[in-house]
Amino acid sequence: MTDPQEKTRPVAGPTFIDEKPVPVPRPGRWVAVVVLTLIAAWGVYTLGFEKIQRGHLMQTRLGWEVVGQYFLSPNIFNGLLMTLELTVAAMAIGIIGGVVLAVMRLSSNAMLSGASALYIWFFRGTPVLVQLLFWFNLSYMFPRIDIGIPFGPVFVSLDANTFITPFLAALLGLGLHEAAYMCEIVRAGILSVDEGQEEAAQSLGMTRRRAMFRIILPQAMKVIIPPTGSQTIGMLKMSSLASVITVVELLHSVQLIYASTYDTVPLLIVASLWYLVVTSILTVGQYYVERRYSRGSVRNQPLTPLQRLRRMLDDFHPGMRQLPPNA
Amino acid sequence: MMFRRRAATAPSTERHDGPMVKAAGVYKRYGPLEIIRGVDFEVQRGEVSVIIGPSGSGKTTFLRCINHLEKIDAGRIHVDGKTVGYREVDGRLHELRDAEVCRNREQIGMVFQNFNLFPHKNVLENIIEAPRGVRKIPAAQAKARAYELLERVGLSDKVRAYPAQLSGGQKQRIAIARALAMDPKLMLFDEPTSALDPELVGEVLSVMKQLARDGMTMVVVTHEMGFAQDVADTVTFMSDGKVVEQGPAPEVLSNPEEERTRAFLARAMSERRASA
Repeated sequence: MTDPQEKTRPVAGPTFIDEKPVPVPRPGRWVAVVVLTLIAAWGVYTLGFEKIQRGHLMQTRLGWEVVGQYFLSPNIFNGLLMTLELTVAAMAIGIIGGVVLAVMRLSSNAMLSGASALYIWFFRGTPVLVQLLFWFNLSYMFPRIDIGIPFGPVFVSLDANTFITPFLAALLGLGLHEAAYMCEIVRAGILSVDEGQEEAAQSLGMTRRRAMFRIILPQAMKVIIPPTGSQTIGMLKMSSLASVITVVELLHSVQLIYASTYDTVPLLIVASLWYLVVTSILTVGQYYVERRYSRGSVRNQPLTPLQRLRRMLDDFHPGMRQLPPNA
Repeated sequence: MMFRRRAATAPSTERHDGPMVKAAGVYKRYGPLEIIRGVDFEVQRGEVSVIIGPSGSGKTTFLRCINHLEKIDAGRIHVDGKTVGYREVDGRLHELRDAEVCRNREQIGMVFQNFNLFPHKNVLENIIEAPRGVRKIPAAQAKARAYELLERVGLSDKVRAYPAQLSGGQKQRIAIARALAMDPKLMLFDEPTSALDPELVGEVLSVMKQLARDGMTMVVVTHEMGFAQDVADTVTFMSDGKVVEQGPAPEVLSNPEEERTRAFLARAMSERRASA
């Protein structure tokens, strides 16, 4: 009734706006609530609190006592750091490689696009674990790595066993494999941008390279970022494969501990919890990056959850703090 | 090429006194399909040249050939005395490098049917992108020019708006301002009002009329017969990839020689009356 339009609009009959209709009864919902609550309560109790006899100790089923003991231990922290390093570096290789491969793939030059297709065929077509083992055993094929002109002079000669450390092998394996997938993602993004954009850029005198980096790729980002976020989260977990080639990352660091203490399950939970923590942080990060690149495609950006929370608090305590209308 | 920086001044000021656009025997094929079949065409400096014709007559394709968005298969197009897309040495054509093609395009502004504004950049960024990035004009100078152009197209209040927040007519006026920001010698308009709601056509046409009054050389592909009547110096009627009739606007529009032109005009005029 406070709607200003209400006064000017001729009232033609009863309006239903202020009446709240009786909703359709949904008894099934209440049944579902009861059943699910019961299952959840059982789950929390058994997995969280119920104790069982283990040797001469009474412990929770998942061994939370042990989890707490190791969760913040320096060894695991170092493993986590290694995991993060691997993830960031491998993704960097993957993204840069993916952009280069995608631009090659879309080139009108048959050699370039063919080379890119061949790369994707190989690196996407073989398991990443196999690729990791391959790089780890590079010295079998190349005891010495010679950098120079094929069949010509050699500029640098390196001993493969010392140069290709487990970390470098893992990095190459994960990064080059990732590049194949990122290429397809970037390619899809570039193809999603309207052709008119490149024409407009060219008609303004931009070279194809400039048009690609200033006009096409920034718009392709909207399509590229969501799957890249998934890939990053995937990479975080995939890096655990590096444990096979002796890189002491998060999984390997807990393996080293339970190999001597036999607390396998609690330590796997420690690792899982850390993976979840990092994944959660990445998810939040992805939300903000996506928001940044959706500029211009939506008329009004929706508020972030934080902004909404502040709005809500302000509504509860009017006058406490004024937020600008479009913050 | 990558490392060569050009001075932040207007590109080549060398004078050339012939026509601004001169096309001779232009052919364009897509596979077996001949879109343009031997077009001869000329635009003098300061002239407004309107190309009309039924859909599929090749007029848009021909316009795109003028700034080398399409490669022609035969013939020559010269803009301001330079062969478009090629260099002629001893009678043989040599393809120009991407960077050289781009340098020639700087002087040819183009306005598209679908606006093609950059959706990830706001109005100001859309306008200064090319002057800053391509011509290396300092930010302050480019912005001052942008504000000046925005005032000219009547959209000074939209500096920070994104294209998605603008109406079709506003988008097209921004697109015109964006093209003008490169200080072109020649402006190409590809059906600039065809994607607009009827009530928004007027605001775009009035900007174009103003531009014509200011002496800009323009080639306009359009279905707006009213614009052709009011503004055009010459009118070219194209059909089936060929120029059917070409001449001073009043003559072609009110007293066409060719039967096909007459039939087309009669239809276009009656449609116009019907929609008015």
